[in-house]
Amino acid sequence: MLLLMKVKTAMLAGALAAPVVAAALAPSPTHGLGGAIRLASTSFTYRAAGDFSRGGRPVEGPLRELRLPAGLLVMKRQVTVAEYGRCVDEGACPRVAVPSGTQNVPVVGVSWHDASAYAAWISHKTGVTYRLPTDEEWTFAAAEKARDEALPLIDPADPAQAWIARYEAESSRERPLATTPQPSGTFGTNSRGLEDLAGNVWEWTDSCFVRTSLDEKKETVTNVNCGVRVVEGAHRTYMTDFIRDPKSGGCAQGVPPTNLGFRLVVEPSRSAITSTVRSIAKLLRHT
Amino acid sequence: MGAALAALMMTAPALAGAADDLKLPREHVDLVAPPFVHPHEQATKAGPKIVEFKLTVQEKEVVIDDAGTKMWAMTYNGSMPGPMMVVHEGDYVELTLVNPETNTMPHNIDLHAATGGLGGGALTHVNPGEQTVLRFKATRPGVFIYHCAPEGMIPWHVVSGMHGTLMVLPRDGLKDGAGKPLHYDKVFYIGENDLYVPKDENGKYKTYDSVGESYSDTMDVMRKLIPTHEVFEGRVGALTGKNALTAKVGETVLIVHSEANRDTRPHLIGGHGDYVWETGKFNNPPERDLETWFVRGGSAGAALYTFREPGVYAYVNHNLIEAVELGATAHIKVEGKWDEDLMKQISPPGPIPPAKIGAADPVAVTR
Repeated sequence: MLLLMKVKTAMLAGALAAPVVAAALAPSPTHGLGGAIRLASTSFTYRAAGDFSRGGRPVEGPLRELRLPAGLLVMKRQVTVAEYGRCVDEGACPRVAVPSGTQNVPVVGVSWHDASAYAAWISHKTGVTYRLPTDEEWTFAAAEKARDEALPLIDPADPAQAWIARYEAESSRERPLATTPQPSGTFGTNSRGLEDLAGNVWEWTDSCFVRTSLDEKKETVTNVNCGVRVVEGAHRTYMTDFIRDPKSGGCAQGVPPTNLGFRLVVEPSRSAITSTVRSIAKLLRHT
Repeated sequence: MGAALAALMMTAPALAGAADDLKLPREHVDLVAPPFVHPHEQATKAGPKIVEFKLTVQEKEVVIDDAGTKMWAMTYNGSMPGPMMVVHEGDYVELTLVNPETNTMPHNIDLHAATGGLGGGALTHVNPGEQTVLRFKATRPGVFIYHCAPEGMIPWHVVSGMHGTLMVLPRDGLKDGAGKPLHYDKVFYIGENDLYVPKDENGKYKTYDSVGESYSDTMDVMRKLIPTHEVFEGRVGALTGKNALTAKVGETVLIVHSEANRDTRPHLIGGHGDYVWETGKFNNPPERDLETWFVRGGSAGAALYTFREPGVYAYVNHNLIEAVELGATAHIKVEGKWDEDLMKQISPPGPIPPAKIGAADPVAVTR
């Protein structure tokens, strides 16, 4: 998984000088996403996502110091109803239930497939490659808004202890007071200048659910299930990719994500690079 | 209810003073809200007595799920279902029913444990600002529903919360089919509600300024017979998360499950019913080792279970759509030591090993 991530983020390594790319992403009147922010790569603490076991017993995911290979260009806010609506109008995104008269709030009730369809469409429209962030990228961007919910160490010989502890941790989560999506900025800005992280909209990431067994020195990914993706927000969870309206119930407990939405990151494609080079050339000519 | 009977009731004012024609000892019991039950003896050597209870009707707006959906409830003592009353066979129940003048509607009570007078419904019709006292003899041991039964509006009052349970224990306690005494350490009183909340043209749940204004729309939803919420103790999540029930390994619980209106089928995920009075009547021998039991709408059932393994148990209406989508789920957190003899994870989830060395395709081999 980590390896996969590295390959992916390595593709980002070509991320270009911030002001230029940001300029290339300035909102255009017809389409294109406004308010992208470039974050310089710094090291951050990351709790690996997925299920981890040691000696056949479940354990917390390891805590790691990571550094993205390059800076991250990420949307300041979540994709809005208006933005998603244009993709629907062009037949490239599935229509989702949207309350009338709410254009400039985050689009919610979207599945991973819907979000991915939007990323593909906006990439095609703009020539800039957008995609969902990996869980590592989201955690980096969210900074202090990312919540690490490690559970206390518990006697590994008794599965019920860990089970009850998890149940209690999940039960203690607060529910957001407002359940309907709120205008951008309602839930504040984090230290990196991004809005509404960990508000009442959880965000799809591109990271697949992985099962990993840890040994003394070795870490073995035993299963990767890309039918389930990591979802981030006020808490981290894992969601089947076609779910639009998350819920808890039955044997599970805890607060499900109130809403599912998304924000995108930019992966510089060849054409973006080319156009940026052209912009640089243009700038140079002007100066 | 006959007009003559109604007239009789109206002309005979409810006396505040207790009748002493029986010359029996009296006990006053303060009721507690579900899922708990007031302290009581499981078996008694004492003779019959008069047990005094008081139920006060409260009409009020309540929240029934985590999305904040509201409905106008009609309740006995403020909870839906109303509190459980416990007596022994041969005792007399002396029930004071109060309808405070802050309410808007007449109410009464029909107790399935009582004999005659429409279960008491014919004699307990109280308008706002009135109260009445009814005495009846508990002649049959079992768990029984009580509910409001005002003429013309019975189902609406019932599905708005006006129902509860009366438990009549055999004087010498519960027994298995062979006469061996059975005991419980605690009672879980699960009252299941089928709720019918109207929606507006946009599919959003409607709210109303008063219980009366909610009547017509609610009836329209009720007549389609599909509840919008099927819950325990009046709301989704009333018995999960921070509100989960608790027990210990080795403890025996008596789970009393009532549904005043609609059929349900309780199931304890990861456990069983050691002894189950499916129809809830203790003169019948309990069934053993049940997986799921059926509680007919308009009745209560009782199941005795001793927890053997710690963990989180889900207690559900095993129409799982109703449990998971509509809310009929409770959780029980059970502390104790894990018994590997009963269950052990031999191999945690992991890769499927190759079937045989040299077998290129394990799928092909198993086929």
